[in-house]
Amino acid sequence: MTTLKILKYVLYDVLRSKMIIIYTLLLFAISFGIIYTGKDVSKAVISLLNIVLLVVPLVSIIFGTIHFYNSKEFMEMLLAMPVKRKNIFWAEYAGLSIALAAGFALGTGLPLLIYGGGAAGSFYLLLSGIFLTFIFTALAFLASVVNKDKAKGIGISLVIWFYMSVIFDALVLVLYFVFSSYPLEKATIIVSALNPVDLARILILLKLDVSALMGYTGATLQHFFGSAFGMLFSMGFLLVWAVMPTLLALRVFNRKNF
Amino acid sequence: MIKIENLKKKFDKNEALKGISLTLGEGTVAAVMGPNGSGKTTMLKCILGLVKADSGSIYVNDCHVNGECEYRKHIGYMPQYSCFPENLKVKEVMAMIKDIRGNNCVYDEELIEKLKISEMNDKQIGQLSGGMKQRVSSAAAFLFGGDIIILDEPTAGLDPVSSEIVKNKILEEKAKGKLIIITSHIVSEVEAMADRIIYMLEGKIYFDNTKDELYSSTGKANLNQAIASLIETAESEGKK
Repeated sequence: MTTLKILKYVLYDVLRSKMIIIYTLLLFAISFGIIYTGKDVSKAVISLLNIVLLVVPLVSIIFGTIHFYNSKEFMEMLLAMPVKRKNIFWAEYAGLSIALAAGFALGTGLPLLIYGGGAAGSFYLLLSGIFLTFIFTALAFLASVVNKDKAKGIGISLVIWFYMSVIFDALVLVLYFVFSSYPLEKATIIVSALNPVDLARILILLKLDVSALMGYTGATLQHFFGSAFGMLFSMGFLLVWAVMPTLLALRVFNRKNF
Repeated sequence: MIKIENLKKKFDKNEALKGISLTLGEGTVAAVMGPNGSGKTTMLKCILGLVKADSGSIYVNDCHVNGECEYRKHIGYMPQYSCFPENLKVKEVMAMIKDIRGNNCVYDEELIEKLKISEMNDKQIGQLSGGMKQRVSSAAAFLFGGDIIILDEPTAGLDPVSSEIVKNKILEEKAKGKLIIITSHIVSEVEAMADRIIYMLEGKIYFDNTKDELYSSTGKANLNQAIASLIETAESEGKK
């Protein structure tokens, strides 16, 4: 109950933030532009996918980190009231994630709904974006709660985003190149679970039926992720990616000196 | 009302509190003073549960402070800097405090009236000046009528009229038998309100007694001179 009471006011605050409004409008403009100017909505979904996989984690992790540091005094004030630490943490985390996810769903989902008309992959694009919002907000809270210094916290958040969005792919390529004489299909599946951005990408690409472009590995992935078990596997790991950093951040938050 | 026993806290290698013991009773305005880094804020944050002590015990109204939050229903707190979310309206901040504190409390609507909070009701916190934000913070601390009120630099940033209202409120609450703990660098303010001075130095309580006792022990006639004398004595003891 207490969490919900605080959550209401966190939502009031975050939903009125200029950053969220700009984020929603920007996503709307991009999505609308891509869908309206393109002929094929499925291709538009692929273009949107690249933007979503880059922008959603970046905005979630940076905005999440800044929000956490800016709310430090507010959290201190709440902690001086008869409120449990975990209530404050859940209210802040849920408030921010829900607001960011709503901004994303509205900005990207509305043009897809109006012009896309249930195009293949639209649902998974939105689902992945929402998952990524919760995951990267959790990572932002984790980076912020372990560092007292705001600049250091933002720096670490940027490194996490850069690693997941850019470096990870390069590392995987190196791995494949070095072990190219071995059968790597199963390893590909395991490695993909180590990065939520990769999981989201595979999930959508397979639903768009363009996995044939990815060759033999693509076929293996199609076979695996296309099955019910594969879907459960990817959703399960995305859930693990959302839950683990949140619980870790909560654990540190409960022991933190403010 | 508050009892602290051998409280110790270390931040990495820095010993912020080196075994503090203190008892604070009702009907008192206690001023916690001392230079920056002397442990004032850490001690107050330990009482509020914001900082977890390494060892020692704190009791608030006979309730042991050990991670539970219920004891804080007795405490009102005003931080040094305004702390409410920028995009919330003043009326929403007041509603939030009432929501969290619950309906069992008696709310001090008179102070809200005096501090002219209702005039700002529809403004967002981000639109208020520093002094206006402090007015909201002080109203929030006194709003629900807690037994213990902790005020960190209560009049810093307040205009003279609001500052006078808050000072009078502190004295009124003291007369009702409440415990008020303030930290302040403004000596005249402490002199006007406090009846007990706790002077901290390097994580220890260097002086803890009534204002009159401070005057007689230092042989000075006002608080400014008495504190200067305390610091001089502390420095000369430090050199030895």
